[in-house]
Amino acid sequence: MYSKGFRPIAIATVLFTALAFGLVFFYAPLDGDQGFIQKIFYVHVPMAIVALCGFVAGGIMAIKHLRSGDRSWDMRSYVAIHLSIILGTGVLITGAIWAKASWGHWWLWDEPVLVSFLIVFLLYCVYYPLRFSIEDPDRQARYSSVFAIAAGAFVPINFVAVRLAEQITHPRVLSQTGGSLPGEMRLTFLVCLVAMTLLFVTLWKLELTSKQASMQLKRLRGRLELRAEERAAVQASR
Amino acid sequence: MPALPIDEAGQYVAAAYVVFLLLILIYVAIMGSKIARIQQEVRELLDLTEEPESGAGGAAQPARSSEAGGRARTSEGGAGSPAEVIARGAEAPPTP
Repeated sequence: MYSKGFRPIAIATVLFTALAFGLVFFYAPLDGDQGFIQKIFYVHVPMAIVALCGFVAGGIMAIKHLRSGDRSWDMRSYVAIHLSIILGTGVLITGAIWAKASWGHWWLWDEPVLVSFLIVFLLYCVYYPLRFSIEDPDRQARYSSVFAIAAGAFVPINFVAVRLAEQITHPRVLSQTGGSLPGEMRLTFLVCLVAMTLLFVTLWKLELTSKQASMQLKRLRGRLELRAEERAAVQASR
Repeated sequence: MPALPIDEAGQYVAAAYVVFLLLILIYVAIMGSKIARIQQEVRELLDLTEEPESGAGGAAQPARSSEAGGRARTSEGGAGSPAEVIARGAEAPPTP
C-alpha cells in the first residue's frame, strides 16, 4: 500500500540530492558578507522548513484519523512527526555550528527564531512518552492524534509570532521581499528544498512500508499459530 | 563578525554537512536492521508452514470453516501452501 511509487521517488531523491550538492559547492556564489560559511544555509534552512511542514502534515493526518477512525492515518501522522523530529535534531545541530562560526556563540537565548524552534522541538519530544505510555491501541491512536493536532496548530502560530518579533541576530529567510537572494543562490536553495522534501517523502514511505510489513507478519504469525493449535486439537480428538 | 578564512570556514561547513549525512545514515541503518528482522521473521514463518506438512508425511487435514478470519481453505492441505498463507496475510487490511 505504502510502497506504491516508492522506486521513482527514491530515484528522484538520489538525483535531486546529488544535484543539490553539486549546485551548493560548484554553482552557488560565495556570500559577500558570510563567505564560505553561508553554504550551511543550503542544508540548515530546507531541513527546518521540511521539519516544520512535517509537524503540520502530522497534525493534518491526525485530523483525518479522528474524522475517519482509520488507524492507518494515525500511523502516517506518527511517522511524519518522527521524521520531523529527526530533521529537527539536524536543524538544531547545524544551526549551532553556523551560529558558532558566524556569531561566535553556539546558542543565543535572546533570539526568538532559535528559542521558538527549540520550544517546538521540545514540545514534539513529549509526543513519544505520551504515545508509548498508553497501552490500549485505540486510545493511544486517539490521544496521539489530539496531541498532534494541538501541536501542529501551534507551529504556524509560533512562526507568525516569530515574524512579528523584533529581529536581533538571526536573519528572516522567507521575508516579504523574497529573501533578497540572488538568482543562483535562489535556484540552489530551491533545488535543496525539493531534495529535502523528496528525502522526507522517501523515508516516510520506507518507514511506513516497514511498519506495515511488520504488522502483517505479526498477524500472519498469530493466524498460523491458531491454525497449528486447531490442528493439534483435531489430532488429539482422533 | 568578519567572514572566516576558507580553511576555517570549511571545517564548520564540513561539520554541518557531516551531521546531516550522519543523521540520514543512522536512520537508514536502523531501518535496514528492522527490514533484516522482518526478513528473519518471514523465514521463520516459512519454516512454520512447511514443518507440519513434512512432519505428517503429507497427510492433509480436512478443511475447517472456523479458522481465523472465516476464510475457506482453497487447497487440499490444511493450511494451504506457504505462499498462499503469506499472500492471504498480506491481503488483509493493516491494523497499526
